[in-house]
Amino acid sequence: MPERTMIEISRVTRSYGAFKALDETSLSIREGEFFSLLGPSGCGKTTLLRMIAGFDTPTSGTISVDGQPMDGIPANRRPTNMVFQSYAIFPHLNVEQNVSYGLKRLRLNPSEEQRRVEEALAQVSLGGLGKRGATELSGGQRQRVALARALVMRPKVLLLDEPLSALDKKLREQMQVELRRLQQAVGITFILVTHDQYEALAMSDRIAVMFGGRIAQVATPKEIYQRPTNCQVADFLGGMNFVKANIVEENGSTITLDTPVFGRVKTDKPVAFARNGNAATLGIRPERLRVLWDDATDKHEVAGKVVDRHYFGEITHLVIEIPGFEKPLSVTETNNFGADDIPVGAPIRLAYDPDALVALAD
Amino acid sequence: MTVPAETIVAMPPERGRKRNWLQSESATGLGLISPTLIYALIFLVVPILLVIANSFWTQHYLVVDRTFTLENYRIAVTDPIYRDLLMRSLWISLLVSFFTVVLAYPIAFFISFHGGRHKGLWLFLITIPFWTSYLLRVMSWKVILGYNGVLNATLMGLGITDQPSDAFLYNTSAVVITLTHAWATFAVLPIFVSLEKIDRTLIEAATDLGDGPVRRFLRITLPLSAPGIISAVLIVMIPTVGDFVTPKLVGGKDGVMIANAIQAQFGKAANWPLGAALSVTTMAVVTAIAAAVVLTIRTAARRIR
Repeated sequence: MPERTMIEISRVTRSYGAFKALDETSLSIREGEFFSLLGPSGCGKTTLLRMIAGFDTPTSGTISVDGQPMDGIPANRRPTNMVFQSYAIFPHLNVEQNVSYGLKRLRLNPSEEQRRVEEALAQVSLGGLGKRGATELSGGQRQRVALARALVMRPKVLLLDEPLSALDKKLREQMQVELRRLQQAVGITFILVTHDQYEALAMSDRIAVMFGGRIAQVATPKEIYQRPTNCQVADFLGGMNFVKANIVEENGSTITLDTPVFGRVKTDKPVAFARNGNAATLGIRPERLRVLWDDATDKHEVAGKVVDRHYFGEITHLVIEIPGFEKPLSVTETNNFGADDIPVGAPIRLAYDPDALVALAD
Repeated sequence: MTVPAETIVAMPPERGRKRNWLQSESATGLGLISPTLIYALIFLVVPILLVIANSFWTQHYLVVDRTFTLENYRIAVTDPIYRDLLMRSLWISLLVSFFTVVLAYPIAFFISFHGGRHKGLWLFLITIPFWTSYLLRVMSWKVILGYNGVLNATLMGLGITDQPSDAFLYNTSAVVITLTHAWATFAVLPIFVSLEKIDRTLIEAATDLGDGPVRRFLRITLPLSAPGIISAVLIVMIPTVGDFVTPKLVGGKDGVMIANAIQAQFGKAANWPLGAALSVTTMAVVTAIAAAVVLTIRTAARRIR
């Protein structure tokens, strides 16, 4: 597929008085991409989404959709449609009337309109529920109606504002799979706003992680999880052990760090690594550390003792104190080998994969 | 041993049930409404029953004949005077409720959608006319609409007319104008409440789906505020049918309403049974018309797509 740019955000700022909800942000989103804006509440992700939809206006900068600058174009004339967090299902209309709401203006002939409504309802697996009243729907059904109502308009970009946050865990996971499948079937550019890192990782082609009105990193889910740019991104995307380190050598694409216990570690330099003196941080995900049972050995191992243990069903989180480290390490172990039975205070040895060690800008 | 055991077993549930009922929601509810309920029973239900009873009796000068008769109703329904007065009262009340809602809606809309942080202040300002008595407000309309009134003076001062007109006061339109002014605030409040309840994201969703300001008002805001419009119409229509102060003061002979006739029967004419029959007839007709209006508005709201 040719990589055409669908959304171009260039140097967009949105200030409310002295507070900048979005600060000089630039971003390109490709056609047909499932793109997520991920960040904690107040990071500016919803503001950005609402500016793309036209419900909010940039203080400065320009947003273009499919090559067209959107300056001065009101929300009702933009080639974007939105799935609202509250779904915003019209309570006085039934499912069919909700879905056909935007089509009325196009004055299609009735059979064509009916066909498109049924097609949209079938896409979200709501076929046959057309006459159901809006108030008689479950949360999941309302979400599907909101989705069908937006998809039926065949927008160039579909905007999703935390669409799954109101659903229970099981339904949310099911909808993640369905949304992803739907996006691949219709091929429309999806932009999802979420604060749930698992949701973003599971569904997106690319993710932009945002903090305090700025984009910290834009990358694929795997890259963003495995090679986060800085400690903030690494921490937001899941558990991470941070170890203080000193920069020994920095050249081109690699960086060598000196750490207690792990020793000298040469690793890929993160994109936009901003050196701050000689100090840096070395990170390793808890699941990349492995407990060495009995007399198993590994080329790369550290020794310590268990100080805490949290049981989560399929896995156990172990907190392990390593002499030489300021903070204990977190380790995630599957419960196959008895991690759930290991006594607190027991000595333990851990193996680590040097490739899983990442250098992080502070 | 078995007998006491049974008694012990039998007793607690009964006592428990009693205590439970006293602490139950229905008991609490009944307790909370009973002062109002007793008040309403004594001062609303009993008088209405008395009126209904009276309507089936006959007045013979100073004594009331308590034999059952439908004669009063025959007069109330067939006598052209009462029929015309009732029709006129209904027509005036419909006009008043229509104009009141048409005038109140934009005010309520403005406060709800553009009132910002000052919604409370705006609502407070709306109530200012109520600081003066109803009678005083009716009288001031007399000053405005009268032969030597403000309106005539203004028209002459502007050179639009060269002599004062008596067309403004003592007719149906004077009654409509005065009542509309008097009831406007009562219509603003229910409409405001129903507009406040509309989830603003619904309006955003309509915009997102391509509707401009006019279309989204007609398709979302208006139908969703129908309950407020219905309450406003009922609040205005029902009392205006029975109003007798305004028609008496500004209505002249063209503005006489059914309540004036009822008042006359209970007063000077001293025919309580006929007055009672007129009251009951009016109540029945108003109920029917109100139901019809509610149904019409509901259907209209559902028709808008």
